[in-house]
Amino acid sequence: MEPLVLVERVAKRYGRTLAVADLSFGVAKGEVLGFLGPNGAGKTTTMRVITGFMPPSEGRVLVGGLDIAEAPLEVRRRIGYLPENPPLYPEMEVTAFLDFAARLRGVPKTRIRPAVERAIERCALGEARERIIGKLSRGYRQRVGLAQALVHEPELLVLDEPTAGLDPKQIHETRKLIRTLAGERTVVLSTHILPEVAVTCDRVVIIAGGRLRAEDTPERLVARLGAAERGRGAWEIETAPAAEAAEAALRAVPGVARVEAGPETAERTLVLQVEAAGDRAIATGLARALLEAGCPLYGLRRGGASLEDVFLALTTEETEANGTGDRTETPGPPEEHP
Amino acid sequence: MRNALTIARREIGAALASPVAYVLFGAFAFLYGYFFADYLQSFVEAGMRMSQMGGFSGGTLNVNTDLLRWLMASTAILVLFLLPLLSMRTVSEEIRSGTMELLLTAPITDGQIVVGKFLAAFALYAGMLALTGLHVGVLFWFSRPEIAPVLAAYLGLLLLGAGLLALGLFFSSLTRNQIVAGLLTFGAVLVLWLVEFAGARGGDLGRVLAYLSVTGHMEGFARGVITTRDLVFYLSFAAFWLYLARESVRSRRWRG
Repeated sequence: MEPLVLVERVAKRYGRTLAVADLSFGVAKGEVLGFLGPNGAGKTTTMRVITGFMPPSEGRVLVGGLDIAEAPLEVRRRIGYLPENPPLYPEMEVTAFLDFAARLRGVPKTRIRPAVERAIERCALGEARERIIGKLSRGYRQRVGLAQALVHEPELLVLDEPTAGLDPKQIHETRKLIRTLAGERTVVLSTHILPEVAVTCDRVVIIAGGRLRAEDTPERLVARLGAAERGRGAWEIETAPAAEAAEAALRAVPGVARVEAGPETAERTLVLQVEAAGDRAIATGLARALLEAGCPLYGLRRGGASLEDVFLALTTEETEANGTGDRTETPGPPEEHP
Repeated sequence: MRNALTIARREIGAALASPVAYVLFGAFAFLYGYFFADYLQSFVEAGMRMSQMGGFSGGTLNVNTDLLRWLMASTAILVLFLLPLLSMRTVSEEIRSGTMELLLTAPITDGQIVVGKFLAAFALYAGMLALTGLHVGVLFWFSRPEIAPVLAAYLGLLLLGAGLLALGLFFSSLTRNQIVAGLLTFGAVLVLWLVEFAGARGGDLGRVLAYLSVTGHMEGFARGVITTRDLVFYLSFAAFWLYLARESVRSRRWRG
């Protein structure tokens, strides 16, 4: 895998606050990299450094082998960037704006029209092409934002929270579009929505407090955490509320280490979290014990570590290590890194 | 240059799509029209008094020196007060709306952004000045003033405008709030106007202050006299503020 983007020991300070510290990772050509972290983790800062919007305080970023600091214009030509708030001029028509964006990105004069047409088609903006941007809905605006990032056919697309503020249907369409871009283009997208990463990304970089927490495929991250944290099998059993009898019965099953009652659900049922040694055969034992105790069984399924668990484990680890409660809210620890 | 023109073109389009430009043009046309009518009235009255006296005063009236000169000098004051309204939104609006991020991540230099914005504002200002061609044209219709001093005065007004717009562009690049940008520009312009009166006290300091006066350098042009001193002043004044504006845009990258 040939890396298109190489982030090397990048740090970014705003005055005395450290937004990103000693961050290093690579993005391979053609892959979709998810940049995951709680709000204020340093995602936007990192993306702004990659796009050449701001220089890093330390370290360097290479795009296609070129250092951003040394060849800023050449690098920026290869990048399409959609910031968190789509940078749109409300008084312009969609086509006029895309025409402007193409010119700005140095698309040769004769290729501007076809480039704009393709971007309009790609982002399904056909119906809105002559409309004033300021009067478009949030979903359309987001698509115009995506179109301006795509219009000059960049090698690298950097998308900061591309699905923020969209309705479920629009989110689905945006993700689909991003997936179709993968392969021909390299995509770096940031999000704090976990399922998004699992659906759209080939690889995930998790950052919290401006530091790299993990870097792997979504599946492997889950597997890794599963191996570390859940050596024993986890099960979820749905039964009727007031389940002391059920809990006692389950505890009596050989191999069961822990039984914990969850909150009552809207359908007046109760989910019990059970951790037990052994393979799936134990499910039969759990079910029998429950029924013999006279408790109803509404559901029984294997619980596994989700990306959400990985995320929480990785980002709260940080909180505990620093002893500051709201660390996820305020980025930039005062401590300096060497 | 192509990049700067791309920016300038969009900028002009935006200005013409918003009411700001029209309000400004309207205000200028109204105030200028008032000045014009007022000066013309005085000029005509003075002429009538002279002919009644049958030439005993020994003087004659000249459209260039007795009307246009004062009209152009007053236009300069008008421009002084109106141009901050034209320049205040240039960069501030981009910062506020987040489109600055689009410009700063495009393959263009910070200097091209500043020059593009400056060219757009300057073109709009030139359009605004063109409105006065109507009034001045009337004078040429009914009289035979010399054209060269009039052109010199327009050159002076353009240079003055260039300097003021560059200054306004710099203040606009400091803040996301265009009202603040406008007020800062207005304050700076006021200071650069008032130094003319402070400079009248004489002395070394007085000479420096008098040199810094943005309107002081307009007097020569208004009379139809182009001097290197005035040319250099306006050109270096504009270049100075454009340079600062570029540095201010660049520093925005560090501040995020």
